[in-house]
Amino acid sequence: MRRILRGALLPALVFLLWEAGSRAGLLPMDTFSRPSDIATALAGGFADGSIPLATWQTIQAALSGFAVAAAAGVLVGAILGLSPPLERTVGPSIEALRPIPAVALTPLTLLLFGFGLRMEAGIVAFACVWPILLVTVAAVRGIEPRLLEVAQTLRLGFASRLRKIILPAALGRIVVGLRVAVSISLIVAVTVEIVMNPRGLGYGMIIAQQSLKPDLMYAQLLWLGLLGWGLNALLTRAFGQWHGSFGPGVQP
Amino acid sequence: MRESPATVLSLEKVCVAFGGRPVLSDISFDVGAGEFLCVVGPSGCGKTTLIRLLAGLLAPSAGEILFQGRRLAGTGRDRAIVFQDYSKALLPWRTVAGNIALSLEACGIADPERSERIGALLAKMRLEHAAAQFPSQLSGGMQQRVQIARCLAQQPTLLLMDEPFGALDAITRQELQDEIARLVAENRTTVVFITHDLEEAIYLGDRVIVLGTNPGRIAEMIAVEIPRPREQLETREDRRFLAHRHRLFGLLQGHRA
Repeated sequence: MRRILRGALLPALVFLLWEAGSRAGLLPMDTFSRPSDIATALAGGFADGSIPLATWQTIQAALSGFAVAAAAGVLVGAILGLSPPLERTVGPSIEALRPIPAVALTPLTLLLFGFGLRMEAGIVAFACVWPILLVTVAAVRGIEPRLLEVAQTLRLGFASRLRKIILPAALGRIVVGLRVAVSISLIVAVTVEIVMNPRGLGYGMIIAQQSLKPDLMYAQLLWLGLLGWGLNALLTRAFGQWHGSFGPGVQP
Repeated sequence: MRESPATVLSLEKVCVAFGGRPVLSDISFDVGAGEFLCVVGPSGCGKTTLIRLLAGLLAPSAGEILFQGRRLAGTGRDRAIVFQDYSKALLPWRTVAGNIALSLEACGIADPERSERIGALLAKMRLEHAAAQFPSQLSGGMQQRVQIARCLAQQPTLLLMDEPFGALDAITRQELQDEIARLVAENRTTVVFITHDLEEAIYLGDRVIVLGTNPGRIAEMIAVEIPRPREQLETREDRRFLAHRHRLFGLLQGHRA
């Protein structure tokens, strides 16, 4: 609690100075809304349901895209990590696809899916799959070979080898990739909404800006920051135990 | 080739080469059912290569290995291997009981029986109080007990041990030597036991194979006719034990020169 208060000190100071500067007429109102107005706009957005709805739309697209990327990235990454020849075959194609900016796929996904959730989640998945895939390949390759020999002498099938040995052994490092991907998922979802897709917080911010309501735009921006922080904290908490050494209370 | 029904394992002119360099050459021996065979040799003589061959983790470059009358190909749950580096061979995210369960899961043994067998093994290996602990919380000797318990859980026909006590202190090593001798005698398990410790080989083995280096080959094979159960003090002071020790010590020295 003390640490949270300490961390909140600087933002509180900034808002205070901002409010004071605005009231003293030092900041132009049409670009720098007053924090008090922003708070009112945020409360208003929650009261009329527009911010909760937009939040749901953005989170839904970000997380469903992330989930698809996580499932595909971990599975394919594990297979490529286990089979160096396969990795050498597929690797160059991955390296060719990976540099494509995910947002550049917006026109293509629009043709494929039209406006809406699927188009946005598809772009998010494309953006998120690479870090997860690459980290998983490295993590699986770094598994203690003795453990794989234990699996081999016990003649575990591929599915149980993956579930009982490979994934738990690699999870600590895979989580790092997942955390990077979660932040990417939110960034890409909001970007797609700003560029093209008429839904979610990104679109809400564009509309607020174009209808000359900077306070509402700031309110949504602030809310987005909190959202990203919360997502990361959630993921860290869920897998936090895997980061450190193994100890009591850890079960696969 | 003598192939009596009591022969569990039979090697016929087995050679292994890594990239053209011979590591094991012309290895032939039989292991009878219930026999405790020790293989001793200086480092670099291919001891570990030999045990990996028997586990099926490695295929011979030439020659043939017969296991229970059939040509050995790949790994099998009827052969268990105890690795020397117990800390790497245990799953750090599973408890002691969970590590033992892995073998039983692989054998497709479901829960009422699985828990029973885990309980029995924990008692047998004196690990009951550690059942819920993680390997990282245990001493080396305890961790090696867990690995042995996991191997015994699959009720192997052939138990392979690759310098299992090499990293342990002297007292723990003697304790585990006596325990493993007792356990395999109870279960009539056939054992191939690799060690670099001459006295350990004579103390545990019904027979001892001495490997020579460059390339690894059988230098000598002796039968240890000292009755069981053996005792750490008396057996090691036995006239026959000392005679074997003198003879094999000379052989190992000769190969080093």
